[in-house]
Amino acid sequence: MLKYLFYLLVFPGFLFASVFGLIVGWIERKVSARVQFRVGPPFFQNFYDVFKLWGKEIILIRNTPYFIFVIAPIIAFATVIMTSTIVGMTFFYGVGIGGDLLFIIYLMVIYSIALILGASSTGNVYCSIGAGREMKMLISDELAFILVILVPIIQAGYKIDLTQILAYQSANGMIIGSASGIIAFIVGILCLQAKMGMVPFDIAEAETEIVEGPLMEYSGPLLAFWKLAHYMMYVFLPMLLVILFWGGMSFASFGSIMAGIGKYLLIVVLMILIRNTNPRVRIDSAINFFWKWASPLALIAVILAIIGV
Amino acid sequence: MAFYNKIIKKSIWVFHVSASPCNNCDIEILDLITPGYDVERFGIKLVGSVRHADVLLVTGVVSYKVAPRIKQLYEQAAKPLFVIGIGTCTAGGATFKTSYNKAGIPLENVIPVNAYVTGCPPKPEAMIDGVLKLLGTLK
Repeated sequence: MLKYLFYLLVFPGFLFASVFGLIVGWIERKVSARVQFRVGPPFFQNFYDVFKLWGKEIILIRNTPYFIFVIAPIIAFATVIMTSTIVGMTFFYGVGIGGDLLFIIYLMVIYSIALILGASSTGNVYCSIGAGREMKMLISDELAFILVILVPIIQAGYKIDLTQILAYQSANGMIIGSASGIIAFIVGILCLQAKMGMVPFDIAEAETEIVEGPLMEYSGPLLAFWKLAHYMMYVFLPMLLVILFWGGMSFASFGSIMAGIGKYLLIVVLMILIRNTNPRVRIDSAINFFWKWASPLALIAVILAIIGV
Repeated sequence: MAFYNKIIKKSIWVFHVSASPCNNCDIEILDLITPGYDVERFGIKLVGSVRHADVLLVTGVVSYKVAPRIKQLYEQAAKPLFVIGIGTCTAGGATFKTSYNKAGIPLENVIPVNAYVTGCPPKPEAMIDGVLKLLGTLK
């Protein structure tokens, strides 16, 4: 019991994921700053931001269902902690606790639903526009994401357990080495971009257009929950991609540990560079992109995986 | 509280309130957030929602029409909150000091003000200096 609490609250869960997520968030801001020929924020900037938000007021809006308003960020934060524990256990210890890939897909949908609920409980116009856009993004990227996840499942012999996919890869070589694997990996990076709401697909939280959309009415600790949850997604989503396609991380030697960290950082920096070199797309072009291009491409990858290429 | 003040100095999210300005100071505020000045290195970030704001940058002569809105914005923001008047208009009215329609000259007739950065318009360097000096007074 105590062991599982430790997993959930300290190592791959809450404490590790939040601290590491804030550091990765700093990497994101710093790389973006260097791309724009700026200096960028100091190392502890994200820690200062979150700590500051903890000390501010929470403002509730009269005549709205503010129970939902308060509970939504807490639900989202809890799902993010659970997902990062499950993914982190497989990434660092090589064992699976609590759930498989289906469970992870469900948890990530719950995060989006919490965002939609929290935003639409406020009655603010910008919040409801943001909630509607978040719903459309969920519809558009979910199909492609599930198809992408199907490829390693099929290649590993129809196993939905993360550890079994890892075991398959250590026996038969990485999934990214196959034709279906590389296609699914590329589509997968674009799906992560949409899941995290990074720039080509940050339509729901468009800062310059609908001023952070769903998060507009949140203040103080509740906003800190949302920010932390967003930064924690930087930790487990690239890790999930590394586990599914790139053979995870092994602690056999110093070189293999460095290779694992390198794979993770490569995906993160690739995502940051995509974020910095692309403008925000409109909601209709995002749905077009995912339904007309990304999903068929992922479907081709699934068919190739069934054939066995 | 002293520790909290030490942190809040390093993470300042500013919200831009334009209270019937002539648009000159607003253009300078927009200059402030360009890569050339890079205020992100001080932790300053421009936010779009007043619920997220730590500092309100108010520009312009506060007229009778806009004064209730400024009060409402001040009440909607999460405290602790600081207010900085940008431009001579907020402090002394500048060209508009004899206007028939002035409600807030100086601005503290309407909402509490922590600092003024005067100039018509003040340079972005002066604004950075003002914000950082205001936060330097926090103990």
